[in-house]
Amino acid sequence: MSFAFGPESIRVRDLRKVYRVHEREAGLLASVRSLVRRRWREIPAVDGITFSVAPGEVVGFLGPNGAGKTTTLKMLSGLLYPSSGELEVLGFVPWRREREFLRQIALVMGQRNQLAWDIPAIDSFELNRVIYRISRADFRRMLDELAELLELWPLLHKPIRNLSLGERMKCEIAAALLHQPKVLFLDEPTIGLDVTAQRRIRSFVAEYNRRYGATVLLTSHYMADVEALCRRVIVIHHGRLLYDGDLAGLVRSFSPHKLIEVEMEQGSPDLAGYGEVVSADEGRVTLRVPKHATAEVTARLLDEVPVTDLTVEDPPIEEVIEHVFSQEAR
Amino acid sequence: MRHLFEIYRAQLKVTTATQLQYRVALVIWMIGIVLEPVIYLVVWATVARSKGGDVGGYNARSFAAYFLVLMLVNHLTQTWVFFEFEMRIRQGTLSPLLLKPVHPVHADVAQNVTFKLLMLVVLVPVMVVLALVFRPVIHPQWWGLALFAPTVLLAGVLRFLVEWTLGLAGFWSTRVSALNQIYYVALLFFSGQVAPLSLFPHFFQVIASVLPFRWTVSYPVELLLGRLSGRDALLGLAAQAGWILLSLVLLRVIWRAGLRKYSAVGA
Repeated sequence: MSFAFGPESIRVRDLRKVYRVHEREAGLLASVRSLVRRRWREIPAVDGITFSVAPGEVVGFLGPNGAGKTTTLKMLSGLLYPSSGELEVLGFVPWRREREFLRQIALVMGQRNQLAWDIPAIDSFELNRVIYRISRADFRRMLDELAELLELWPLLHKPIRNLSLGERMKCEIAAALLHQPKVLFLDEPTIGLDVTAQRRIRSFVAEYNRRYGATVLLTSHYMADVEALCRRVIVIHHGRLLYDGDLAGLVRSFSPHKLIEVEMEQGSPDLAGYGEVVSADEGRVTLRVPKHATAEVTARLLDEVPVTDLTVEDPPIEEVIEHVFSQEAR
Repeated sequence: MRHLFEIYRAQLKVTTATQLQYRVALVIWMIGIVLEPVIYLVVWATVARSKGGDVGGYNARSFAAYFLVLMLVNHLTQTWVFFEFEMRIRQGTLSPLLLKPVHPVHADVAQNVTFKLLMLVVLVPVMVVLALVFRPVIHPQWWGLALFAPTVLLAGVLRFLVEWTLGLAGFWSTRVSALNQIYYVALLFFSGQVAPLSLFPHFFQVIASVLPFRWTVSYPVELLLGRLSGRDALLGLAAQAGWILLSLVLLRVIWRAGLRKYSAVGA
């Protein structure tokens, strides 16, 4: 999938993270009781996942809330240490948080601010320049580039608190990239943003990946993000890996249905006998049929209905994902 | 080392810019740091006058000196990391700090120093006015004068280390504010902020001297007022140095353990 070769950027083997949580029932008596005897429950947030990512790859991390996406990203960036399993990013063990490692990665969380609230972004950028030991020349060049791509020029000198959510996110991303990280972790980078801002950030991430060959791992609730950016997706659910491969393959392996669109000269006869009618307009009917029955239903339709045109399609990705998540993990 | 110096300089600029955005908050905070010692000063001066001019070797004007110098030392040594840490850990703002290739303590030190220097610009004129009103007198020895600045610096370092380390309790408990309250009440009495330690019973003075409290605030004040013998002054320096070393060790050990805990339960 990737043209780059050599050692992998990210290597994860049999990674597990178990949280030990203190269990308590509601009510005063229960709280008092829990003071004396605490009951603990072990919750596996990530339950044995294995994958690796080549340098320069953009991988989408999909899963419903609580699937273990953020926990995985935090382990990869070094904020959490794994309960068991192997983990390596750029040849480093993340949780040791060696300076050399931290200088080559960045984690952007859509729901958390890193920039100082009260001062203009440019001042925080300058602080980052010093902390990451970026030379003035490199800083200038990178800032120009980021400001250009993200249209930051009008925002740089305003206090962060005066910026809109979308503007703030653009500044956050710029701050995280000034040191040109080789590996970029994005946790819901477009959450809460309007469509224009989402699109801007999406195209920016694609551009950054292209220009610098950075490895990008991205989680998002918006399929549009994933479709636009990631040829490869990793789906996790209940801490387990359900799928690792390209998007088209995801649809193929998880959708039990196909959509058949039938066009006719006139009228819209009742086609309920052939499959589930999704929509029926004048001269056009869309049916949902089980995948294994596609050929048979198509043949019958062509045979028995005055069809002028017939197309067979995969359902939209959103639908497939929803279907996957509504099932229990195996 | 040079890199660290540059980080401090950059952080200094950022903190200055941030603080100047909150001028009203600064004024309110200022009132707090000034008002408390002034109240104690007025109370103790009144007591001294009603007792015929002297309480435990202090008269109205030496009380004035005590509380004005205390005001300065308290300002120069104080920190607010205790509150900050709890918020950081609870709200997860510690995580981005951990991903920077520099220890988070440096940002705190830089912010602390900047804030104190900034506020000094306001505090000194206020102290001059208060001095004109309360007419303090001090009788320092020459070595007391010479040692004042270094001991204030050491007191500041010690208090910062102690409070930063205590703040780390936030890694284990979500109720650090309770600990914080206890600490501040203890500090209020044991560091001589309510009254000079020499006015308290002997056992109380022993506790204040065994614990780090006296060395974080009261000791430089006593020194400048000329109330310590040469031997006591040297013992004080030794106590400061000893506590600083111990706190440094504790800070490192507890920080590591705290991080292990933090990265085990979720950041």
